[in-house]
Amino acid sequence: MIFGFPVLSVVIWLPIIFGVLVLATGNDRNAPLARYIALVGAILGFLVTLPLYTDFDKTTSAMQFVEMQDWITRFNIHYHLGVDGISMLFILLNSFFTPLVVIAGWKVIEKRVAQYMAAFLIMSGLVNGVFASLDAVLFYVYWEAMLIPMFIIIGVWGGPNRVYAAVKFFLYTLLGSLLMLVALLYLYYQSGGSFEILDYHQMAIPMTAQILVFIAFFMAFSVKVPMFPVHTWLPDAHVEAPTGGSVVLAAIMLKVGAYGFLRFSMPIAPDASHSLSGVMITLSLIAVVYIGLVALTQADMKKLVAYSSISHMGFVTLGFFIFNAYGIEGALLQMISHGFVAGALFLCIGVLYDRVHSRQIVDYGGVANKMPVFAAFFMLFAMANSGLPGTSGFVGEFLVIMGAVKANFWFAFLAASTLIFGAAYTLWMYKRVIFGAVTNDHVAHLHDIDLREKLILGVLAITVLGMGLYPLPFSEVLHVSVNDLLVHLARSKL
Amino acid sequence: MSFLSALFPAYAEIFLLVMVSVILIADLYTSGRTKTVTYLLVQLTLLGCSLITVATHQHGITYLFNGMYVDDLMSDVLKLLSYLAVSMMLVYSRSYLLARGLFSGEFLALVLFSLLGMMVMISASHFITLYLGLELLSLSLYAMVALQRDSAVATEAAMKYFILGALASGLLLYGMSMLYGATGTLDVRAITGAIQEGTANNALLVFGLVFVVSGLAFKLGAVPFHMWVPDVYQGAPTAMTMLIGTAPKLAAFAFVMRILVEGLQPLMVHWSGMLVILAVLSMAVGNISAIAQTNLKRMFAYSTIAHMGFLLVGVLSGGIEGYGSAMFYAVVYVLMSLGGFGMIMLLSREGFEADNLNDFKGLNQRSPWLAFMMLLLMFSMAGVPPTVGFYAKFSVLNAAVQAGHIPLVIMAVLFSLIGAFYYLRIVKLMYFDAPESHERIYMQPDSSLLISINGLAVLALGILPGTLMSVCAVSVQQSLLH
Repeated sequence: MIFGFPVLSVVIWLPIIFGVLVLATGNDRNAPLARYIALVGAILGFLVTLPLYTDFDKTTSAMQFVEMQDWITRFNIHYHLGVDGISMLFILLNSFFTPLVVIAGWKVIEKRVAQYMAAFLIMSGLVNGVFASLDAVLFYVYWEAMLIPMFIIIGVWGGPNRVYAAVKFFLYTLLGSLLMLVALLYLYYQSGGSFEILDYHQMAIPMTAQILVFIAFFMAFSVKVPMFPVHTWLPDAHVEAPTGGSVVLAAIMLKVGAYGFLRFSMPIAPDASHSLSGVMITLSLIAVVYIGLVALTQADMKKLVAYSSISHMGFVTLGFFIFNAYGIEGALLQMISHGFVAGALFLCIGVLYDRVHSRQIVDYGGVANKMPVFAAFFMLFAMANSGLPGTSGFVGEFLVIMGAVKANFWFAFLAASTLIFGAAYTLWMYKRVIFGAVTNDHVAHLHDIDLREKLILGVLAITVLGMGLYPLPFSEVLHVSVNDLLVHLARSKL
Repeated sequence: MSFLSALFPAYAEIFLLVMVSVILIADLYTSGRTKTVTYLLVQLTLLGCSLITVATHQHGITYLFNGMYVDDLMSDVLKLLSYLAVSMMLVYSRSYLLARGLFSGEFLALVLFSLLGMMVMISASHFITLYLGLELLSLSLYAMVALQRDSAVATEAAMKYFILGALASGLLLYGMSMLYGATGTLDVRAITGAIQEGTANNALLVFGLVFVVSGLAFKLGAVPFHMWVPDVYQGAPTAMTMLIGTAPKLAAFAFVMRILVEGLQPLMVHWSGMLVILAVLSMAVGNISAIAQTNLKRMFAYSTIAHMGFLLVGVLSGGIEGYGSAMFYAVVYVLMSLGGFGMIMLLSREGFEADNLNDFKGLNQRSPWLAFMMLLLMFSMAGVPPTVGFYAKFSVLNAAVQAGHIPLVIMAVLFSLIGAFYYLRIVKLMYFDAPESHERIYMQPDSSLLISINGLAVLALGILPGTLMSVCAVSVQQSLLH
């Protein structure tokens, strides 16, 4: 809290309240009103998160802006909120994307506008809740609740195969979550009746139990990340989701899973994390290399970026499980950068899709002739996705590779292959879509991006470049929390 | 103390019985097809019962009629919830039954008689009382299912219900007689004492227990004694299905508590093993069969079976945690079922039953509010937060983990994942599909208000579930103090 003002509660509940307001505008006769309320809500939602950064104390790893209320006394469950260096940036990232998503859907969404905008606002609040919860049940409630709006978003406004994708998305993630619930109940029982996540961090747990708990959490988080081999829901969900849904999935949802590893799996079961790190690193490297190759063969742009996301997230989990400061900080920066870059790429694909109604690479060619401004933006984001120095994509990847070199040369070698594959699939797609002669009538009739689209892509371009050139504002808030986590991980809990 | 004032813990039952008689007679003298007077009289009776139950509540446990009747916090709470469930059921079903010419004085009287049966069951502390209550409840329900005389399906359902119900009662009686043979008493407390003394023939006890548990499983609709559930749920008029599927489950929970937990506690090693089998089978068969259904009522029937399996997990986990969570589960289940069946009746019209899954197609476009309420109810049944259904599952699983039943918990979790699929399908039909008809939905003000309250209650209790949880835990705790 700042001066008794519950910042985190406002950050969580303000978007939700605005979401309910938007819903209350009713049917599509009031669509313009719904859009404006949603925009105001989203922007306010972002502005209220700013104090989290400006008033953040970079010198401590303790939880900040803490709020604590009794909630369900019978089970000793509290409404306990707080952020540290690891979680704070993600709240900002999430709230930053909400206005962009609202603006991106401004004209495109014509059916059931109020429900669309409301779903995104409510989800934005719930995701903030996930990052801010310090009570396991509270965390779980936000974690599961955020599935509902996403399910609706994919299923109602998605592409032709949307039902399959929505149900697959929901059931996949629910399976993991339910096993996590069992693990949480076990920890509750073992800790003598506490649902405090921070209590679990300090609790001694025997090795077998640690491994089982780790596996249960792994089921929940690896599905969300997603890691190989449970990644198959992501391409489906991405392809079928509307643009806004894809952006939120890539920029936010995937981060929630990776965040779970840092907040739950590793600190609660450090010994299991160490002993299973080989498996985790192997799966991460498979994601980086194999999924990178899979991305190369995709004919659908959204699918390509979806696979590229899995590959990049493989980088993130690799960074976590090599257990050094470069790795974890690099992974965290990679998560943030990937949020910006993948979000921007999906928005770019959305721009093309809105005009041509196709995501197939073969349906394009020579777009640069008709949309020069767009081509420039797309270029920047494609470069960032390949990890070009000077863009945000470089910072995280570089740090993770440095960390990997310290751990094992071959890890680093395989991980670094992403620089080649990433460049290959991204730039090859870019070349086929943007360059060359105008291939068909659809492309010939394209018109360049309007002010609204320039605004969205411009904001993202500045962020991507800014973070690439001067990453200190992002990395400095991480240091203390990450170092503290590493110290904690080095201690055995047996 | 005079005779009448000594009876005061049973005033609610006595009042109800008097009022049913009054209503039966009064109904003869009120004209009009809509039965407004009788209906209001019934609702007032329910209100009166609630007031009496609250007013006659006293701390601790009181026994009446030589220990055949017990009044404790659990019985009062369960009775109050039963009044509420029956009253809600009447509000939901009034226009539905009026449209089908079933809203007669006999129907209302039968509803109240079945409620009386539930109350007797809830307060029974003697096998004979339990049996009387159960039969009063069951016979009223059989008659109600058969009330739609010109419907072959309903008659068949009534027939099945009656025959299988009679079989179950027979099993139960047989088990009770064995227990009587082994212990020489039918009093719940005395049986506990007799078993603890160790003089009773153990083989006979366990045999009796098997029959009693089978009878219970029949009444709960747990697999493999579930065969009647889908047919009766589908065949009966929806209002009757709603009555069968809601308040009696509270009475059935009380039944389980009185017989197994209070009476046969020393045999817990035996019955908890049996319940494990019943629970796992119920969750498996219920959830898997529900996927294949195209009729919503039948789907709810299988989902009920699965929910009863979950409830049994709470019971077999034992302790205040286990029984409290099972009670919480039963209460939450009743609340969700009321909403689910209420929605079917709300969408039904004269000559048209909205009990097919396809009737829910595109509901979001026809009525976003109703679709949203149904969404809340479905996610609650699936156990997804922030709805109260999650906490029902949460508390049961928590009790099971504490009792060390980890494999059972993992199985329960996996089956509820399967269960999530068919609830999601309803959401999918409502939100993702185009409507088949664009006919306007005619909503009665009373039932549409109630469905809103019902749906929002599922959400509100999901955000603040603490009070209801504590009430359940405390009432179970107090009733086990004897």
